[in-house]
Order: sequence, then structure tokens, then C-alpha cells
Amino acid sequence: MKRLLILLLLIIPVYLNAQVKKTKAAAPGTTASIARGQKVYLQYCLSCHQIDGGGVPNMNPPLIKTSYVQGDKVRLIKVVLNGFAQNVEIDGESYSNNMPPQAMLKDQEIADVLTYIRNSFTNKGAAIITAEVKAVRAKNKK
Amino acid sequence: MNKFIKNTVVLLLIIICATAIYALKADDTVLADADNAGLKLPTGFGALNVANIGAKARHIAVTPQGDIYVKLAKPKEGKGIIVLHQNSNGKAIVTGGFGNYGGTGMYIKDGYMYASSNTEIFRYKLNPQNKIIDQEHPETIVTGLKAGRQHETKSLVLDNNGNIYVNIGAPLSACQVQDRGLHSPGIPGCPLLDSAGGIWQFKANRLNQTYKDGVRYATGLRNIVGLDWNQQDDQLFVMQHGRDNLNSSWPELFSTKESAELPAECMYALKKGDNAGWPFMFYNQITHKKIVSPEYGGDGKKEADSKYLEPTAAYPGHMAPNGLLFYTGKMFPERYRNGAFIAFHGSWNRAPEPQKGYCIVFQPFKNGKPAGDWEMFAEGFAGVDEVKSPSQAQHRPCGLALGADGSLYVTDDVKGNIYRIIYIPK
Repeated sequence: MKRLLILLLLIIPVYLNAQVKKTKAAAPGTTASIARGQKVYLQYCLSCHQIDGGGVPNMNPPLIKTSYVQGDKVRLIKVVLNGFAQNVEIDGESYSNNMPPQAMLKDQEIADVLTYIRNSFTNKGAAIITAEVKAVRAKNKK
Repeated sequence: MNKFIKNTVVLLLIIICATAIYALKADDTVLADADNAGLKLPTGFGALNVANIGAKARHIAVTPQGDIYVKLAKPKEGKGIIVLHQNSNGKAIVTGGFGNYGGTGMYIKDGYMYASSNTEIFRYKLNPQNKIIDQEHPETIVTGLKAGRQHETKSLVLDNNGNIYVNIGAPLSACQVQDRGLHSPGIPGCPLLDSAGGIWQFKANRLNQTYKDGVRYATGLRNIVGLDWNQQDDQLFVMQHGRDNLNSSWPELFSTKESAELPAECMYALKKGDNAGWPFMFYNQITHKKIVSPEYGGDGKKEADSKYLEPTAAYPGHMAPNGLLFYTGKMFPERYRNGAFIAFHGSWNRAPEPQKGYCIVFQPFKNGKPAGDWEMFAEGFAGVDEVKSPSQAQHRPCGLALGADGSLYVTDDVKGNIYRIIYIPK
């Protein structure tokens, strides 16, 4: 376990750096957000979406180059706030497990983790900032 | 000159005949693939890839005439059941397909092939050659079964008294108010158990049965995919997929390492009226204790009511037992007779620990009871040394079936390989 954790801690920054280097345009603020987002990912997302973002076939959707991850920011923020329990097909595959809402995360944590996944696992997407999460959460309240 | 040609022709004919006879003889023998189809097996065993059907192959039935029926999770080109026929060398070609519904259940018994969608059970009458008489008009045996987004498949098996047993999986992982949520409590009493989270018994020959015609045979079973009728005990055995998310829902009570190992994947021998305790408890295979679920007042240590059924055997967490088969064949050595083969589809909820499963294990039995520890039987399905993330697995074992000669057939629901494991006596 310890060895694995150490391995993860060693691998991820290397992987992350590689990603960041590829997206030269990443602002210093984005780089820091990605680093913070990685920690959020490890704690709250990894058990289902897995270390490589590959998800679990038929159960938990992958985060690699999907329209959900790379596309509309508002839709993506809402998935984190509200969870996901819809029958949809992603690239022709369906996924059965329910994602619980992660609304207990702070606005900045959500912005960071989404910026992380949008710039990891070969994804390239614009950063999501705290104010954007705050705005969606405000409208999301019933 | 003439004599030379004549001699040459005779010689050539002899060579051709010899080659043909040899080829014919070779063709009549089921041989393992040179690489054992990528599998690692105990000494003396071999494996061949019978066919690749390029679809999510779930449960499987094999006839003495060499036909193979495979249930697909999702129909392929409108066909949810694929039919293959094996040549004498064991390799098979697809000869047909029918049934425009996805599902998992598939079982042949007493002249019928039974198959399930995720809400219904159908049966198809077989002719004396075990071929289906009318593929387009099966009898509907059971209809209207509940199917959640998860644990929706309806595995089935029959006893020797005209009863059919079907799994109705729970639509939630641990019956939490918020499925898989952080610190989400259990729904009081978990009322969904009235119509899910158990095994239901129906009559095998009565049409259009619904819940009211069936019996909740056993309850407190989260989800069963692998199940079989044990002929020695004349009893139903099932493999439960244990709950997930002990760490992600209750990080204060369970470390990621504990959450990877717990709870056990349990084998249960069921009798009518049994209650295996889901969602109120889980089984800890390390301490051999039934533990109250954190959703229902547990702290990870508090022991559950002793009324709940004791597992027959327990295996490491999350390995996902999708196939169970009691070996009644004669091909394998004596020690395998009446023991259990379990196809573990492979874990995901062990992350960040490495994943486990993606294999077939053998559980020795003696006089109808497990005797000794389980042992690894077939590895290598995943095609990688260590599965860190489930999507890395090239193949995942799912269904098991016994061939008339005692071969063990295994399906793969990633790419659709059909494996056949044989024993080659020295």
C-alpha cells in the first residue's frame, strides 16, 4: 500500500508535468489549480474513475476525451454538484453505476479537480475557475 | 521412363494419402493452442480459443452435439443469443443468432434452453439434437422483473424438480439514501428487499409468471451473477457481489487498503427462507465475522445479528464472481470432481490498490462442502501482469459451462473470446 502510494505520488507529478508542458498556454494559475485538483481527484474520484481516468467498462464512465469532460463547462460542473444517474451512452457504451453528488466540495476544489481532469488523461480543455463553479452552484439551488 | 513415372505417381499418392490421414487424425483431436489462448493453467491443462464473437459474451451453454449458445449483454446486429458449432478440432464458427434482447442468463435443462433479458425469462424447446426448434417464438416464463441501472442482470439456474431460480439484484450498492454517497445513511428497513436483493423461485413450465406467482426464495443478497445447482447437495449455491465504497463512503472507519479487501465476495448455500443480511451487514473474511454495515449503525467492528446466514466460503473483496460451476465432468483429474470453479470477472473498487480477479479459481469440495482453501486455476485473461485500471484488461472471464467430454468453457465479455480448457493426460 505504502509502496503504491509512493509510486502514485512519483508518477502523477511526472505525468502531470508532461501534460502541462504539452499545453504550453497554461497560465501559472492553471498549473497550480491542476496540482491542487490532482489531490482532490485522488481522494474523491479515483476509486471509480481510476488512476488513468479510464473508468470501469459498463459501470463508471471514462474521463478520457469524452464530450462530457472536454465540452460544456456548466454541464460538467453540474455533474459534480448533482451526481449522475442517467441512462446515457458515451461513445456507444452505457454505464450503470450511480455517481453521488459531490456538492460537499468547495467551489475551488471543484474548479481545481475539473481543471485537472480537463488537462489530464490526454484531455485538453480550458481551465474552470472558482467563480464559474460559484455561479452554477447559485443557480443550481432550488 | 514409364516405370519411373508410375513409381513417382504411386509414391506421390502414398504421400498424399498419408498426409490426408494424418491431417484427418489431427483434425479429430482437440488440441490446446500453442500459447494456451494466453492463459496460465496448472500442469497438465491446456486451453484453446474456440472462437471470437466480437461481443460481450455473458453466460453460455454447450450441447453434446458441439453447439454453443452464448448470451450477449447487448444484442449484436439484433441478435442477443449467438449460436456456434464446433469442428472436431474444437474450433467453432458462428452458425446463427436470434433473440433481440441483451441479458446474462443462459441454461439448458430437460429439453429446453432458458435465457433471460434483464426483466424476463424465456425458454426455447430443443429437438433431440439439442437444436432450437423455433428461435423466433420462445415461451415467456417470467415477466415484469425489476431492473435497476446497476445489478440489472438476471442469472438463472434450474433444480431437478421443475423450478427455476433467478437473481433480482438490488438497484443500490448498500441501500443508502444517496447511493454511494459520503456518510449517507441506510434507508430504514431497506424496503426494496420486497422485490429485489434476493433469489426468486418460479415454475419452469408455467407461462407469464410475475412476482405474485413466484417465491422470494432467499433475501439479503445484493447481487448474484454466478450461481449453480449442486447435484451432490441437491441445493442452490450462489456467489454474491459484495458492497462497494467502504472507504469512499466512510473514510473515518475504513482505510483504502481495508476497503480494497472488504467485504468478502461470499459463496452461499441457500435454503428456502435464508437471509444473507445485505444491506444490514457484510462479511469480513479476515476475522471471519459478520459486521454491521456503517449505514445501519456499524463502526466497522460491531458484530451483526447471528440470524444472518453464514457464508459457505469467502473470497477477497470486489473480485466480482460472475460464473459458478460445479465440475461433474470426467476429463479433469479426480480431485476436481464436484468441486467449484468460480470465474472472477475482476475488481474495480480496490483502487488505489492494484485490482484483483480477472481469473478462474478452483474451490475444492468434499461431500458437498468446501474442503480446503481455494486455489488459482486460470490466469492471464487480462493480458497484463497487473491490472491497475479495469479498462486495461483485454479479456475478462464471465460465464462457465461444462462440455459433454468434461471440457470447461469460459466466456469473455470484453472482446468475446470463447475459451475451452482441457486436460491432457500424459
